[in-house]
Amino acid sequence: MTDFSVLIGGKAGDGISQAGQIIGSVFASMGYHVYQYTDYPSLIRGGHNFCIIRAADHPVTAFRSHVDVILAFDQQTVNFHSHRLVPDGEIIFDSNRAKAKGIGVSLASYVDRFQGLPIMGNTAMIGALSGYLGISWEVIEPVLTKKMTKKTEDNLKIARAAFDEILKKTSIDKTGENSRPFMSGNEWIGLGLLAGGLDAYVAYPMTPSSGVLHFLADVAKETDIIVYHPESEIAVILMAMGLAYAGKKTAIGTSGGGFCLMTEGLSFAGQAEIPVVIIVSQRTGPSTGLPTYTGQSDLLFVRHAGQGEFPRWIAAPATPSEAFRLSAMAVKIAWKFQIPAFILSDKSFSEGIFTGDINPGIPDNPVEVSPSFPYRRYEDAADGISPILAPPVHGEVIKVNSYTHDFRGITTEDPGMTVTMAMKRKKKNDALKDLIDNPENVCISGKKDATICIVCWGSVRGQVTEAANDLDVRIVSPLILEPFPIITFQNAMKGVTKLLVVEESANGQIDKILKEHGFFPDELLLRCDGRPSTVEELQEKIRRHI
Amino acid sequence: MNSDNSLISDAKNTWCPGCGNFAIQHAVKSVIEELEKEGVQREEFVLVSGIGCHAKIVDYFNLNSFYSLHGRTIPVATGIKMANPDLKVICFAGDGDLYAEGLDHLIHAAKRNIDITVICHNNRVYGLTTGQYTPTSPYGFRGKSTPDGIHEPPLNIIEMLLGSGASFVARAYSKKIPHLRRIIREAIMHPGFAHIDVLQICATFFNMTRFYDEQTYESSEANVSQFDVACRTGQQWDYSDQGPIPLGIFYKTFRTPLPEKREEREIDRLKAVRTILQNYS
Repeated sequence: MTDFSVLIGGKAGDGISQAGQIIGSVFASMGYHVYQYTDYPSLIRGGHNFCIIRAADHPVTAFRSHVDVILAFDQQTVNFHSHRLVPDGEIIFDSNRAKAKGIGVSLASYVDRFQGLPIMGNTAMIGALSGYLGISWEVIEPVLTKKMTKKTEDNLKIARAAFDEILKKTSIDKTGENSRPFMSGNEWIGLGLLAGGLDAYVAYPMTPSSGVLHFLADVAKETDIIVYHPESEIAVILMAMGLAYAGKKTAIGTSGGGFCLMTEGLSFAGQAEIPVVIIVSQRTGPSTGLPTYTGQSDLLFVRHAGQGEFPRWIAAPATPSEAFRLSAMAVKIAWKFQIPAFILSDKSFSEGIFTGDINPGIPDNPVEVSPSFPYRRYEDAADGISPILAPPVHGEVIKVNSYTHDFRGITTEDPGMTVTMAMKRKKKNDALKDLIDNPENVCISGKKDATICIVCWGSVRGQVTEAANDLDVRIVSPLILEPFPIITFQNAMKGVTKLLVVEESANGQIDKILKEHGFFPDELLLRCDGRPSTVEELQEKIRRHI
Repeated sequence: MNSDNSLISDAKNTWCPGCGNFAIQHAVKSVIEELEKEGVQREEFVLVSGIGCHAKIVDYFNLNSFYSLHGRTIPVATGIKMANPDLKVICFAGDGDLYAEGLDHLIHAAKRNIDITVICHNNRVYGLTTGQYTPTSPYGFRGKSTPDGIHEPPLNIIEMLLGSGASFVARAYSKKIPHLRRIIREAIMHPGFAHIDVLQICATFFNMTRFYDEQTYESSEANVSQFDVACRTGQQWDYSDQGPIPLGIFYKTFRTPLPEKREEREIDRLKAVRTILQNYS
């Protein structure tokens, strides 16, 4: 079984993340499953950045405590991470900037030999690693050519020289499987939105959600979507309301602080029944918190945000295929039910880079009901869902309203109509509940008949699944958190006598939802330092509680 | 009562007798009727309002409308216009609404020259919340939240708009209806961001009828494209209790508006998704 990890570290500005991605792409092109974790502080230059790239012959969505190779651009990387090295591992370090027991490579000498730019030191490092691992040049060259679109020839020469001059240690071969797309969680989400029929994306930059904005802005022309970055998150959600009113399937994205600003618009969407997809990528809070580190402490906030009562849909993907499918579904659900639909991600998932399926599944379009005329925007129905039309429609008037309104959308304070509209929203919630309560939306893994069960959600599932691999533990992870798929969940929990929750929060969040539904966790295994657990760390924690 | 064809809906009107909102509603109605006669389809209009007395206007019109939130007309209108550049999007906002809660949106809309029309019902007081000062209330204004009078000067919104890059800036007065009508029409026809600050009295909390009747005058529009002239006209009155108060179009210029024309393209999005997946492999 192949399971190989490389840690690459240096200062912000060394191009660590890009080099990591190229190394990941090399492994992906050889047919491996790849996961890359990027750890960086909230600054542009200096600091300590590192990536762990893990390649395996089975799907991976977590990283391990140990690594097989360390690529050190500076002394800090050697000092901070040497303890992670396996006994027969190797440190390849820049001999101009660090001292270590391992293989010293003068990156600057390669750059200087071909009159390259200082940043091309990381090209030399990639070449050295590939040579050391005995990966064939025929694998490296096309990846470098594709990824390094500027000064490609110089980069290839530098990489080749470092590749040739390092001592070959092993020989990593292709797997025989096809190359899989290697993309960040944010990119998988963005691609899913597109597959779901997205017309427009509006966002204000905020780590760790900005990757969705950058990705969609980059592909806006080829996919013919509108992408806009306005003055604030308040403008973002209200602009989305305007776009959706005028017929564009719109998504927005942010993190906790930006979502705070969006809550008045969220409640508006609930009252006016305007569809919107909202990507919330969590980071360590409260407030500014740790901007570039992870957390799962916004579940209850997202679930309860906004004044008044209105239905919403919240999904938390843990894998690239889930991110793709659920994001596509979010667009369809938001539009069908005319509600806010959330993709709740976090830094680990959003900025993690994963190989995924080249043919991810696209959910079917829900049935839409045709309107009757004269058109009334808030026509009631058995399931509370009004047919939706966008202006201009000749001879018809389309009114939406933040006040309690009548069927036409005109303000009313009539108690009877107030109740009718509250019930209309409630009926939509009931219809939504029925739709989502199915086995597709609750993932069961581990030993499926074990009596000890871990409940977790979102990115943490990847760590839990691997950590519990050798243990007699069942893992139940709901993909949809609101409405809660209760019947499916109850079935998944049959025979459980001990319930553990693993989550990245200080007080526990999903346990509150479980309690609402009659499940009382025995232990909460929580972590709130912003760092995702390695497989081994989590395994040890779980062992102590079973 | 109203026939089906009326521009006015059957919603019950709850403005105070003598409110300046009636005049604005009437002027807008006349302009839309005129434009309809000239071939603009009724369904191409979308009215957007904030929250406040002014905002009820969208209920009273039998037209497409978006009754939004306090201060948030502009982002909504921007979204509608970006979605469909063929729609004529008109924002109705109040001075508390637009110049306090939503001021940032106004500045950015002017800066990006989004092709919408903004009509600010500026009565210089909060009416629906029963009488507090707004950003354009005069120095010393005593309201329910400031019983000792405010210690800040009013915001000269005309100067602010000019400084923000607005391509059409005008002031009107709700009692000069033909003048108001002409300005609303020009604002709607202007390609780009058009703002009209409409002085109106609040019959209940800030009745400035006599002051406005005496102090307002129609200023010359001969040099309407000259920025420095516009600035000088805008500085003639600082929203204090001293006149005279110029009315009219202060500034009008052409600058490429947003949204820019999008090419009509037939794109198979799923095919594009598959291509992207290939590119990342």
